[in-house]
Amino acid sequence: MTTFNVDKIRQDFPILGIDVNPGVPLVYLDSTATAQKPISVIDAMDDYYRTSNGNIHRGVHYLAERATALYEASRAKVAAFIGSDKPKELIFTRNATESINLVANSWGRAFLAKDDVVILTEMEHHSNLVPWQMLAEEKGLRLEFIPVTDDGDLDQMVFDQLLEQKPKLVAFAHMSNVLGTINPAKAMIAKAKRAGAVTVVDAAQSVPHFSVSVKDLDVDFMAFSAHKMLGPTGVGALYGREELLDKMPPYMGGGDMIRKVYLRSFTPNELPWKFEAGTFCIAEAIGFGAAVDYLSAIGMDTIAEYEHKLVQSAMIKMKTIPGLEIMGEKAAHRGGVVSFTLQGIHPHDVAQILDQNGIAVRAGHHCAMPLHDRFKIPASSRASFYLYNTEEEINHLVISLQKVVKMFS
Amino acid sequence: MDDLYREVIIEHYKNPGYRGSLDPNDITFEDENPLCGDHIKIDLRIGDNGKVTEAAFDGHGCAISQASADLLLESVIGKHVDEIKHLTKTDVMDLLGIELGPVRLKCALLPLKILKAGVYGLGEATDDLLEEGQS
Ligand SMILES: Cc1ncc(COP(=O)(O)O)c(C=O)c1O
Repeated sequence: MTTFNVDKIRQDFPILGIDVNPGVPLVYLDSTATAQKPISVIDAMDDYYRTSNGNIHRGVHYLAERATALYEASRAKVAAFIGSDKPKELIFTRNATESINLVANSWGRAFLAKDDVVILTEMEHHSNLVPWQMLAEEKGLRLEFIPVTDDGDLDQMVFDQLLEQKPKLVAFAHMSNVLGTINPAKAMIAKAKRAGAVTVVDAAQSVPHFSVSVKDLDVDFMAFSAHKMLGPTGVGALYGREELLDKMPPYMGGGDMIRKVYLRSFTPNELPWKFEAGTFCIAEAIGFGAAVDYLSAIGMDTIAEYEHKLVQSAMIKMKTIPGLEIMGEKAAHRGGVVSFTLQGIHPHDVAQILDQNGIAVRAGHHCAMPLHDRFKIPASSRASFYLYNTEEEINHLVISLQKVVKMFS
Repeated sequence: MDDLYREVIIEHYKNPGYRGSLDPNDITFEDENPLCGDHIKIDLRIGDNGKVTEAAFDGHGCAISQASADLLLESVIGKHVDEIKHLTKTDVMDLLGIELGPVRLKCALLPLKILKAGVYGLGEATDDLLEEGQS
């Protein structure tokens, strides 16, 4: 295991050195929304445009070959990062949201029918909720939801009961972007499979923060975004089991996704290009590969352990603040996300005053309105941690929160 | 520092002069900002001369939206409804006396939208209402 030196890591992230106001340094606690980027990722994209820019799969000249090789190498890296040995099972998309929409539109349209049961959960991000609502509306599906307990866990007893309805699909977040809960994905997938369901895991918050293997999980589909794992915006991935992807119709039509086109028909390309229509975000896909290289060099277990220490310390310190309540504090397993409310103070005011102290946190419903309804609060504030955050930053957060409380008391 | 939260804003948030509701009333309207869940209802009583005699707001939200509602109602007492139709974004910004980014601006302007939608008798508080009164 490498020794973890956070000061050294911070030097890889130029943005962490900026002041948000003169003399007020940035304290970035919003990596759950999007992570900051190391120089190696920025350089990989910059270098691509300076030395290798060409359209992929569409030429025999030097640059086209070079760009294609870099793009496909990146796919292989990302596939390996999530424990798949078949790069063709890794489809590049725009983000986790598009990955889930791809499954809903392609697999869902083809293989789900009226009255089929789809199981989701109360803690989903809107991106693993709305695509299924849209499909349910179109097809007449029945949506069922695994409830969230007061502690912030999924109610596994209710899940077991719901499985008796023989669902066709079970889709859930590996880690909640609000509660920080890490769901027992492997056990849930095994149960869902025994009941005959296809499984979709929204891994937007898990893949960036701890080691995730599609082989170990035995999952059918998994969605995640590069921008939450030190990579650029505009690119994400869908992992899909080859047998399922093979049977699915294309999602979008156009160049690259075809093998042959006639005036009135076409035959689709093979995997993974069948699902990658049009000129893709090539530079970003290459940046995605660089992000994965960066994370792998440090080691996901090392990162997870460091984040765990940070969040434990943050929760202990934050709880000393009068009127502060942490959502999902007692969840069985949780990652580096702390959503909280301060009694009598609106999250927007909290976030705004923290911002004046240089601290970036998120305020609102974090794209999880039903979950906030479940806890009967309109909104919350959220601090989230990543490998580049420090204990000093947590202290600064706590002192600033004390100031907020004082201002409103 | 903390200039967004000037004394007057915190003061109007913590001790609003116009919080409550009026029943009966001559004009009532409520709406919310779905983005953050801020919700405001405004009630007005209008005298025979067309001027506001009493005003009240209720609801929940951030300090900016609630203080903006309180300051706004304070400013419309004694105003003719036709004058209210001509209130704009600038009037609210003058009352608050702060600069706001695009996100918080929505919080600050929600009360004005609701007030004007009520005065115009519209079914919905839209952004058009933040400009000079027409329609
Ligand atoms: C759990 C979860 N799922 C899905 C998403 C959507 O990610 P993106 O906006 O990159 O598609 C997010 C992002 O906030 C998330 O936290």
